[in-house]
Amino acid sequence: MAKEFELNEVEVWDGNYAASQALRQAQIDVVAAYPITPSTPIVENYGAYIANGYVDGEFVMVESEHGAMSGCVGASAAGGRVATATSSQGFALMTEVLYQASGMRLPIVLTVVNRALASPLNVRGDHSDMYLGRDSGWIQIDAYDAQEAYDLALCAFRIGEHLDVRLPVMMHQDGFTTSHKAQNVYPLKDEVAYKFVGDYVPVNDMLDFSRPVTHGAQTEEDWHYEHKAKQHKALMDSRSVIDEVFADFKALTGREYKRVESYMMEDAEVALVLLGSSVETAVLAAKQLREEEGIKVGIVSPRCFRPFPYDLIRETLDTSSLKVVSCLDKSAPGGAMGALFNEVSAAAYTTQARPMMTNYIYGLGGRDFAVDEAKRIMREQKAHADAGHITTPIQQFSGLRGPKLGFFETRRS
Amino acid sequence: MAITSIKNLKEFSTTNDRFEGSHLLCPGCAHSMIVRELMNSTDDNLVIASNTGCLEVSTAVYPYTSWDTSWIHIGFENAATAASCAEAMHKARKRKGTLKDNDAPVKFVAFGGDGSTYDIGFQWLSGAMERGHDFTYICLDNENYANTGGQRSSATPVGAHTTTAQAGSVSYGKKQKKKDMVAIMAAHGAPYVAQLAPNKWKSMAKGFQKALEIEGPCFINTVSACTTEWKFDPKDTIGITDLATDTLMFPIYEIINGHELNILYRPKNILKVEDYLGAQGRYRHLFKPENKHVIERIQKDIDEKWEFLQRREEARI
Repeated sequence: MAKEFELNEVEVWDGNYAASQALRQAQIDVVAAYPITPSTPIVENYGAYIANGYVDGEFVMVESEHGAMSGCVGASAAGGRVATATSSQGFALMTEVLYQASGMRLPIVLTVVNRALASPLNVRGDHSDMYLGRDSGWIQIDAYDAQEAYDLALCAFRIGEHLDVRLPVMMHQDGFTTSHKAQNVYPLKDEVAYKFVGDYVPVNDMLDFSRPVTHGAQTEEDWHYEHKAKQHKALMDSRSVIDEVFADFKALTGREYKRVESYMMEDAEVALVLLGSSVETAVLAAKQLREEEGIKVGIVSPRCFRPFPYDLIRETLDTSSLKVVSCLDKSAPGGAMGALFNEVSAAAYTTQARPMMTNYIYGLGGRDFAVDEAKRIMREQKAHADAGHITTPIQQFSGLRGPKLGFFETRRS
Repeated sequence: MAITSIKNLKEFSTTNDRFEGSHLLCPGCAHSMIVRELMNSTDDNLVIASNTGCLEVSTAVYPYTSWDTSWIHIGFENAATAASCAEAMHKARKRKGTLKDNDAPVKFVAFGGDGSTYDIGFQWLSGAMERGHDFTYICLDNENYANTGGQRSSATPVGAHTTTAQAGSVSYGKKQKKKDMVAIMAAHGAPYVAQLAPNKWKSMAKGFQKALEIEGPCFINTVSACTTEWKFDPKDTIGITDLATDTLMFPIYEIINGHELNILYRPKNILKVEDYLGAQGRYRHLFKPENKHVIERIQKDIDEKWEFLQRREEARI
């Protein structure tokens, strides 16, 4: 039996430590991992729990991130709870197996401490790894601070392992700004946390020899399409399970999470949509701007990046006061609009108000996103609203040194 | 293990049969012989992982499966990782008492072709061997990427024609020597490493049983004659394999704990390599006068290797 870890009512944890404590409390059977900055401490902390008897499971230090996710798939098919952590290049190396894990319907939990993708090599936080995972068939949930990284990791097991879902889950947090920032965290006692997560229920268990199973079969044009459609349906339908688990978590802790978080949207004339630790900055800027300049700014944030919450985004944006919505993407867009802009625009197009939509690329490679910059964007939004049309290129790079960079002028006047 | 002695092929044919005869492997493919022998050499429960390759694409095409035991395929390179981490899961669940049958013995086996073993899956295999999991990795070595139509691998021998190392007017086929995977695996300090062949089915069964019984990571390279890419008549699979072992192109031996080498088969009459090469279309071009030197080189390599193996065996260190 694993030893109980004595926890205070309030602990001072950073995002990495919070995530590793949640993994420990979920009593994972196998962690197969390979360290990479900035998620390394998660693996190291877990190593310390193993070394000191706080975990009963196996800890397999593999030779690469591809090996880590491969090991997670093999272990998960053998009928137990499995988790790992990674970032950036490690995430990229895992990508092949991410698709295999979701296609094989294995509820692995992967903590992704978001970091930029090379080249140029960069260890700081942006969302390019998170965006790389967006078509991989995983549920993607985003934590903005250490408390959320802890809370949502516990929820992640419940969601992924739910028998109606059976899909792997990525738990995102921002590299350094969340992973290495210590703050007050209110943990659950080991027993309470484990009870919330629940015992693992094996499905198609390779170690149940009374019923042999074949995992990872081949299908060509005859069956592949049906399999992928079924997988997509499970992912889309997981929305109700996510809502249910968040509701249970609120009942247990009083802490409320929603698939789409929104702030001051009731009367907002302009709104920013963004992800991660920048949300806190944007909310602060919006509050100040409302007070200082009377600009009615609202903030929207998809807690759940996949399945993308089109339903709740539409609901949130469907207000008569809303004129301009700007989506902030913290990932190099690679010859297109940012992913968030595309998703949110699709949802916004189905609203009555059909707000004007603009896109900002920001914060690449850990470039700081401060309150002043958020305010500058909000003022720009207000100018669009007052003019009745978009006065800048639709896509702009925010916080970039050198001449302004923007694309796609509108012809509306 | 219930099967402690195997007397004859007939006895084999009545042992448990967890690999169904219905599969899509080519007629005359040695893969299925080797796989059946492995599965017949134990009565324990089996968890089998396969890399992408001929075996995998021919035995698990939805909605069918040839595997009447637990089986998993992830990708081209990671069967060693899948098997080794399933083994880790078994350990964890056994300790926690969450297995359906906590006492039933289980063996973990990974299969890969030479493409996934010598080349693309090399890192994953090396990692799993180093970590010391209790599992056995079996390479079905047919010396080329047969599943994709016969491209070179680092297991392809000198002089063989493949689609990416072709014999032509200015080329005699593959120029580079075959990678010595058995030595590399032995260098990992694995408790049991062997090279076995399905024509020597008794030593193969014994080798499999040893590997399954010994705790720790074991590696076995098996010669798997490929009727399609080596270009011989499907009825001649075992005959070709006889030539492979009697010319010592494929010496049969084991290495215990990384150093103790035992030769498991000494041909009474060692045949010249021409007999082996001449029986296969992939070497046909070597019999042109200008390629005579290649056959000489191959024979020289074989002789040197045999000398090396015998000396290593005699040394008993």
